[in-house]
Amino acid sequence: MFRSTRIAVLALAAMAGGLSSGSALASGTLRIGMTASDIPLTTGQTDQGGEGMRFMGYTVYDALINWDLSSFDKPSDLVPGLAASYGVDPADASKNRWVFKIREGVKFHDGSEFTAAAAVWNFDKLLKNDAPQYDQRQSAQGRSRIPAIASYKAVDKYTLEIVTKAPDATLPYQLAWIMMSSPAQWEKLGKNWDAFAKEPSGTGPWKLTLFAPRERAEMVPNKDYWDKARVPKLDKLVLLPLPEANARVAALRAGQVDWIEAPAPDAVESLKKTKFNIVINAYPHNWTWHLSRAPGSPWNDIKVRKAANLAIDREGMKELLQGLMIPAEGFMPPGHQWFGKPSFKVKYDQAEAKKLLAEAGYSTSKPLVVKALISASGSGQMQPLPMNEFVQQNLGEVGVKVEFEVVDWNQLINIWRAGATDPASKTGHSINFTYFVQDPFTGFIRHLQCDLKAPKGTNWGHYCDPEMDKLLDAVKTTFDPKEQLAVLQKVHEKYVDEALFLMVTHDVNARAISPKVKGFIQAKNWFQDFSPITMDK
Amino acid sequence: MLLYALKRIVYVTPVALGVSIFCFLLFHLAPGDPLTAVMPIDATAAQQAEMRAAYGFDKPLPIQYGIWLWKVLQGDLGQSIASGRPVLSEVGRAVGNSLILASVATLIGFTFGTFFGFVAGYFRNSPLDRFASALSVFGVSVPHYWLGMVLVIVFSAQLGWLPPTGAGPDGSGNWVPDFEHLRYIILPAVTMSVIPMGIISRTVRALVADILNQDFVQALRAKGLGEWGVFKHVVRNAAPTALAVMGLQLGYLLGGSILIETVFSWPGTGFLLNAAIFQRDLPLLQGTILVLAMFFVTLNLVVDVLQTALDPRIQRG
Repeated sequence: MFRSTRIAVLALAAMAGGLSSGSALASGTLRIGMTASDIPLTTGQTDQGGEGMRFMGYTVYDALINWDLSSFDKPSDLVPGLAASYGVDPADASKNRWVFKIREGVKFHDGSEFTAAAAVWNFDKLLKNDAPQYDQRQSAQGRSRIPAIASYKAVDKYTLEIVTKAPDATLPYQLAWIMMSSPAQWEKLGKNWDAFAKEPSGTGPWKLTLFAPRERAEMVPNKDYWDKARVPKLDKLVLLPLPEANARVAALRAGQVDWIEAPAPDAVESLKKTKFNIVINAYPHNWTWHLSRAPGSPWNDIKVRKAANLAIDREGMKELLQGLMIPAEGFMPPGHQWFGKPSFKVKYDQAEAKKLLAEAGYSTSKPLVVKALISASGSGQMQPLPMNEFVQQNLGEVGVKVEFEVVDWNQLINIWRAGATDPASKTGHSINFTYFVQDPFTGFIRHLQCDLKAPKGTNWGHYCDPEMDKLLDAVKTTFDPKEQLAVLQKVHEKYVDEALFLMVTHDVNARAISPKVKGFIQAKNWFQDFSPITMDK
Repeated sequence: MLLYALKRIVYVTPVALGVSIFCFLLFHLAPGDPLTAVMPIDATAAQQAEMRAAYGFDKPLPIQYGIWLWKVLQGDLGQSIASGRPVLSEVGRAVGNSLILASVATLIGFTFGTFFGFVAGYFRNSPLDRFASALSVFGVSVPHYWLGMVLVIVFSAQLGWLPPTGAGPDGSGNWVPDFEHLRYIILPAVTMSVIPMGIISRTVRALVADILNQDFVQALRAKGLGEWGVFKHVVRNAAPTALAVMGLQLGYLLGGSILIETVFSWPGTGFLLNAAIFQRDLPLLQGTILVLAMFFVTLNLVVDVLQTALDPRIQRG
């Protein structure tokens, strides 16, 4: 009996040793638990939003113009990608004709060369419905990213011409969305995008070697990558879809993955205590309330808007989120290159908030009643229920009584597209909708330009100010980057000084990482560079 | 017999049609646009309309249903909106994975459930009975997802013995019952097995207690048969009912468990349904539920026919 018990204990111990997770993995393999429930589309133009581009866009592919992902401190801006240089044709008085000099000698993973003709082929893939390579799935993701393009052609092997519908200096930002797939590989695989999805070929620093839908993707370095500074140092990159937050944390703790996206805030402290690194940085993400500016909306009064912005205890909310947020000081994150110098200080000042509300005719005994549209969850929404309840409590303390209309996330997207005056908005005075604010269009133009009032565009609140329109037009017609930066700063100053939104917070792109992961620089961007990473043994 | 089987098949047809209508309509009643989750937020109204037309969502519902049903009858469940892959291949892969998980969970549940049931039945009102009964009550009442999380914390996070997520070191693509793959199935299968274990345990306990009170057991003992011999008679008498219960439980488990498969990222039908619900992937939802529903309809048909074959009194009734 004693002998058999001892054998059982030894067997258990041996099993425990043998079962120890991750013991047989190569030192240069980085395994990432994504929040997505599936591997993002692998054919070039990815789906799954920012996460898709992060893991399957800028890894396997390049754009004509890429994002600079090399710095933790500096704002992330555009850099030449597959186009070595670009600009508006100086000879074109209309400023509609852009010329792109294609980087010579760049090869797709299949060995074919990237040329201007390949770029044209890729634009046809998205925009030309009768082109053989037109792909509805990629088009659904890419077409809306390049609204400025009227036409395009290959002038010669290494020169590409793009003509815009109107002068538009934001074209480079739009092109940074468009990933270039290999025409030769598509031909080789029988002109079939489903086959291409399994054996994709881009020009990016990583080559996809395994694609198991909903389960796993594996990549190895492209040793011939054109940008030698971005040739990956790892042996392998593994992507695992782990949509459930607790499952991601468990996988990290068990050593099944080395890196997880978006750890649950309540797991952060315990992860830190067990030596995992919580990596955060500012990035262009915004958590605001869009305010209805339809006739009769109480948010049409600037005093009410400013009072609400002064009523929010952002430090308190930061505590609620275990530090995983950056308190808003404006519409863009503090330190952003477009921040400028707004005169209105977004801060917590209940007394001033009450004073402004009193001037507007409201108080805690005679509160302003507003209806807010919110969701209980959703991509990029952070923790919408507790955060909105926190805002509700703060506003209630100064004399704004908030009633919530909670809707499903997909329904909220539809409401955002429909606009404040649509019946779908159920007479809501605001909508809590978070998003990407990485380029001038997504950051500013789409929210407030008069001719983009929903449902035509996504100006949900139906705001319209000719002065703002002039500024937004100037963003598009100012081609000198420095001058354009100054205009963007003016736009932001107006955003803040007129308190056009309830500016609450910015997400910090949190990820929990094993201490074995070295060399990662989290750029101030939705996308990241995995090339400099190494793994300690 | 053949006539009866044919009659049953004819009766199944309206049920199948009803199931298909229910599957189709259920998701069209929910608010929101099925294409919302897959299109960029800034997609213009024209682009949305183009996509709607491409997927046939611009047509009246009866026509959409007709087109869908016609394709289904030809074995085409359509394409997933979110992944673009054929629904049939997505569901097929997921059903295979759920089958593996359900089989292992049933095996665990049946083995332990039968054991505890016999122990409790044989030693009624003893501490052993109370212990086994407590375990079976725990099994049927403990929340699955909670137990799954606890097992993950203990065996994956703390002890590091078992992987907490996935179906294998390289996914489920080349699943084989080897040591590496079995490591991945232990935690979800144990979590999934507690309910059938509890149900089987309680059923077997009641059966054994009932059998032990019957006259033939007294007679066997009076004739001087040893306890082992009596036990074998009890097993033989309890087995048909226990097997029937196990079969039912296997059927339920084959449907997959959204919670368990999501907690363990097990790529079965539950995980697929969860993804489809969150992405509002209508073709995938419709296809998965239709396949699962048809599986149950077919299972019922087979059981009916088999029961009749075994006991002709049912047919006469």
